[in-house]
Amino acid sequence: MAVLLETMDDDELAARLAHDLDGAFEVLVLTHQDRLYSVALRLLGDARDAEEVAQDAFVRAYRAMATWDAARIREVRLRAWLASIVVNLARNRRRNAADRRPPAALEQLLDAGLQPAEGLRQAPETAALRAATARDWTERLGRCPAAQRAAVVLRHVDGLSYEEIAEALGRPVGTVKAQVHRGLANLRAQLEAERAAERPELTA
Amino acid sequence: MSRTQRPTSRTHPPAPPAGDTPGAIEAALAGLVSPAPATLAPAVLVEVGLADAWATLPSPLGEILVAWNGRGVSAISLPVDPAAFEEHFVADHRRPLHRAAGVPTALRRLIDRRLTGDRRADVPLDLRGATDFEQAVWRKTLEIPHGEIRPYGWVAAEIGRPAAVRAVGTALGHNPIPLVVPCHRVVRSDGLLGNYSMGGPENKRRILQVEGLDPDALEADARAGIRYVGSDTTHIVCLPTCHHARRITAAHRVSFRGLRDASAAGYRPCRACRPAGSPAA
Repeated sequence: MAVLLETMDDDELAARLAHDLDGAFEVLVLTHQDRLYSVALRLLGDARDAEEVAQDAFVRAYRAMATWDAARIREVRLRAWLASIVVNLARNRRRNAADRRPPAALEQLLDAGLQPAEGLRQAPETAALRAATARDWTERLGRCPAAQRAAVVLRHVDGLSYEEIAEALGRPVGTVKAQVHRGLANLRAQLEAERAAERPELTA
Repeated sequence: MSRTQRPTSRTHPPAPPAGDTPGAIEAALAGLVSPAPATLAPAVLVEVGLADAWATLPSPLGEILVAWNGRGVSAISLPVDPAAFEEHFVADHRRPLHRAAGVPTALRRLIDRRLTGDRRADVPLDLRGATDFEQAVWRKTLEIPHGEIRPYGWVAAEIGRPAAVRAVGTALGHNPIPLVVPCHRVVRSDGLLGNYSMGGPENKRRILQVEGLDPDALEADARAGIRYVGSDTTHIVCLPTCHHARRITAAHRVSFRGLRDASAAGYRPCRACRPAGSPAA
């Protein structure tokens, strides 16, 4: 296993993948794993689901590119394309939420002894506080309608441009902008409602 | 909704609650990026076959080491020093190898079924890097039933390369997946058991014994010139370990030194063990 944590600009990465998919694929994973995992985590709210979806997204990306010619790989807009795979997988996962059996891929991982993520290395109280805050935001996102949630996560967690989000979600830019806007308004309303509930005397 | 809900409009978003600066929600969301678990990248690379995992597994020969990736099993070895196993693997396959706690359940079950004689257990194999000839030899060897043996020349004839007997031996000597690809079931054309890549000839005898064969008796028969066995009721001639041959009672058992003798005596070759190799290959 290459120990060097190499990351790379997307244009150069796409060119390298087009030239040598097997040779460059690990760099693609290392470059995009944090963002794909984060998007999946905030769409799904569960670390294990998120790891599985992010893993599945990379595997699907590899298998798709393995069937493409070099020109098509060179032209792919990696950020938006990878995001679209994660959003679709996360949507299917939520849709099948009733089915809580771990799919084969996860079962294999667990069998293979690849343990869940290591604990945070920060001081425990800080880590706990941060985890609690992150969990609160993930829950608020979970209460938004799916279209808003995906748009907000891609815009503000992942930092995609509206054009990239439009491509990833297959919706017009104007629609995506409105969904981000409404999603933020939804989060703001939830925040206010929570604060009001904590201090009922002020709103009575 | 509570009475604290403010009217919302697209052009005039509500002011943030007291204590929040504009952009606070966006900033909080931007802070939700989490590092991917350290297990994610290795799992992806193993699944697509750019890296492999390995673990130990019980087998009829005792504990074995099994390496695999998302394409299939890539190597099997007797327990050696794990560092040596990894070093050889990386040198042979040019892929990183990670130690795992266990073989994935589905794969383990398939391997178990295979090793106990179930030929319907289709263990996926990753044979990338092998020549077409090697792959043909190994895939043909997979067809030899549990508890039966075939000569090198049989494999050569079956894959349509009847003259390549020596090359078949070499290919089996390079079999990366012994036991699952049962190269221990391929023996010298003179009936002696011959060599074995995984731990030498003694291991070959041991595995064949575990599969219910008597290696000493097989070699004694071969030395006595018994290469083929027929039934005088069916007039069908088989290789001696063919399951049809083993059902022939002593009273009806006829042995032959060569297929020509059998043919001259009016015997036709068995369609299951195909003692002359498959003419269609």
